[in-house]
Amino acid sequence: MRPNGIALRQNFLLHHARQLGTLSGLLVLGLVLWALTPHFLTLSNLLNVAEQATIIAIVAVGMTFVILTAGIDLSVGSVLAFAGVVMASALHAGAPLPFALLAGLVTGTVCGLVSGLLITLGRLPPFIATLGMMSVARGTALMYTGGRPISGFSENFRWLATGEVLRVPIPVIVMIGIYAIAFFVLTRTKLGRYTYAIGGNEEATHLSGVNVRFYKTVVYGLAGLFSGLAAILLTARLNSAQPIAGMMYELDAIAATVIGGTSLLGGEGHVLGTLIGALIMAVLRNGLNLLGVSSFLQQVVIGSVIIVGVLIDMALKRRGKYS
Amino acid sequence: METAPLLKMSQISKTFPGVLALDKVDFELRRGEVHVLLGENGAGKSTLMKILSGAYQKSSGEIELDGVPVSIKNPRHAQDLGISTIYQELNLIPHLSIAENIFLGREPSKFASVIDQRALVRAARELLKGLGLTVDPSARVKRLGIAEQQMVEVAKALSLETRILIMDEPTSALSQQEIKQLFATIRRLKEGGVSIIYISHRLEELFELGDRVTVLRDGRSVATCEVAETSKPELIRLMVNRELTEQFPKRQATIGEEILRLEGLTTSGLRDISFSLHKGEVLGIAGLMGAGRTELAQAIFGVEKIEAGQIYVKGKARRITSPRRAINCGIGFLTEDRKSQGLVLRLSVGENLCLPSVDKFSSWGMVDRNKEKLACRRYIQELRIRTPSLKQKVSFLSGGNQQKVVLGKWLCSEAEIFIFDEPTRGVDVGAKAEIYELINRLTAEGVAIIMISSELPEVLGMSDRVLVMRSGEIAGEFSAYEATQERVLQCALMA
Repeated sequence: MRPNGIALRQNFLLHHARQLGTLSGLLVLGLVLWALTPHFLTLSNLLNVAEQATIIAIVAVGMTFVILTAGIDLSVGSVLAFAGVVMASALHAGAPLPFALLAGLVTGTVCGLVSGLLITLGRLPPFIATLGMMSVARGTALMYTGGRPISGFSENFRWLATGEVLRVPIPVIVMIGIYAIAFFVLTRTKLGRYTYAIGGNEEATHLSGVNVRFYKTVVYGLAGLFSGLAAILLTARLNSAQPIAGMMYELDAIAATVIGGTSLLGGEGHVLGTLIGALIMAVLRNGLNLLGVSSFLQQVVIGSVIIVGVLIDMALKRRGKYS
Repeated sequence: METAPLLKMSQISKTFPGVLALDKVDFELRRGEVHVLLGENGAGKSTLMKILSGAYQKSSGEIELDGVPVSIKNPRHAQDLGISTIYQELNLIPHLSIAENIFLGREPSKFASVIDQRALVRAARELLKGLGLTVDPSARVKRLGIAEQQMVEVAKALSLETRILIMDEPTSALSQQEIKQLFATIRRLKEGGVSIIYISHRLEELFELGDRVTVLRDGRSVATCEVAETSKPELIRLMVNRELTEQFPKRQATIGEEILRLEGLTTSGLRDISFSLHKGEVLGIAGLMGAGRTELAQAIFGVEKIEAGQIYVKGKARRITSPRRAINCGIGFLTEDRKSQGLVLRLSVGENLCLPSVDKFSSWGMVDRNKEKLACRRYIQELRIRTPSLKQKVSFLSGGNQQKVVLGKWLCSEAEIFIFDEPTRGVDVGAKAEIYELINRLTAEGVAIIMISSELPEVLGMSDRVLVMRSGEIAGEFSAYEATQERVLQCALMA
């Protein structure tokens, strides 16, 4: 009873309502906070929120790609820490800035590619492969530094976090750039098309002649690359690379992706939703801080928002599908 | 003798937002009859049955069971009323045993809800024996074939004291032999007083098995008649409201030069397969389930590992080790299971059409969407795919249209050799005829076709040559003139 014009058009609307829904959630949240604490809606605070969101938002881009292929990457936080300390030690060893940055990005990418190969060639479930990588990368970072942070960098490097262009902090500009590129990749390139196809039906995609193993490995490599990029920004902000950085970031990134409407089953979702998801989490943290809510209670609130958000999403989807 | 009907559904309507799925449908089921529900895809058969089994709620109308009005609230309620459904996709848990599956949720327990394993197995054995099945009830379900799994579902239904058993296309995945067994079981159930609602596209089955038939069209009940008093052409006319004068249209393809040759092809499931295929030819492959037909298709398409032998495409030896290479050789594969292997249901019609040929439309990894759109439009028009737009999710199309999208995929990749594995499974009569016509058009353009099918009339009606497979080997070859149902079946069955 499906093929009917009217029903289809309604479904089309519902589909987009999903994206708008997340956005309106963000706006409502903003309005509530504005009413509760006027300081929330000042330019400096909003820029502050955006900056707070950058690290998770960038990590979540890679996570969105991975989840779109129906996978998961638990190692992003640990890889971030590992890439950070590698880059920091390169800087301290006197390496030129571009070289040190590249070292961080390459470290992240290699970790991701290894996870990807374990999943595609080794046929490990993504959960297991990246759980292993999470522990290995964290352990290596700790061994490498003896558990101590590497701190103190040049002004040039720190400008990556402290610099501004037209009052907009550099990390926010980087984040916007990354999302623009990711959006382009997902909608206009072969890699993007295949990412959705693999998540939607891996076997049919393979039987359509797509080199599924190659593209899946690339996607995990991308997740690693974005962890490396986040490591650069975080290290510059803190003026310190810590082997224990990025703890639990994988969960925040997954949460941002899921709040943004990407299905954990793969094949469905949008990277712009993820950006809104990451912003919602940052706004929530910022607002709760402004309101003086204890950090313990904050965790409870954020967890509840994730659950309620996804519950609403699922209820909407079910209505869209079955009635 | 006229008795009061066991079940009476009258004036049933069901609306979904914007769609009237059922429009005042009447349906009546007598005690101990096999009542066939017939209709094209989208005619409302499934919706009607989902209302009866409690999965959907009717918008209006009356349901009477044994003369008493009932309103079926949910699937559990339907079960309590003695209504069970066996779906096309079986609902068994592979890691549990047969007995555990049959009594799932109703396990006999001793005390403190410890399951009484012996009573469980004993009860299951009893049920299976009643169905003439000798499998061990403690065997895991995943070890069973599809036909046996279906029997487990039947046993489960019987254990629920089912009075009305709904079977949705139960034979679509069975071999001829297994179908015979299933029919024997259905007759036994009938004698035991169970009424059966049987949904099928296969008219042959209806005449073999059915007592009465109700035809649905566009959400309305068109007619109910005694099977003995109707005929195939009449039923087809009722279903589609037009005469399909010739089920297998005559074709005038000229058979050209050789395009594919297999020499001594051997894989883990195939032994020493040799044959050649020519331009414009339809080569039918017949055989029972498990005879190696699908494995053969997979070997040619680079899915199965080739252990020995050689494939020649246009006279050149080619090593086909992946689907990509097969596609580059000009081979297209329409898999038997289009939902799990042929289509990415969450993607759009356009994205599915272009999936094997995205390379053609891209440069530097970027997809030229205008080029892509043009190609898609062309195939949608050529194949008459009924879709509101390119962006429509393919999961919303009917079975026949989905099949056309799969076909379009390979047209788009410019395949010259098409392997069809059960091309008309689960599509309705009208769409079937369209697919046959397309096969004819393809061959007229010089495309070579390998057609695997379990429906003998289809193989015989469409093929220029028929190969019969048996336990991984080619057991015989017949020209279109030599091939008869009896000969082919005999060849396929010979031990």
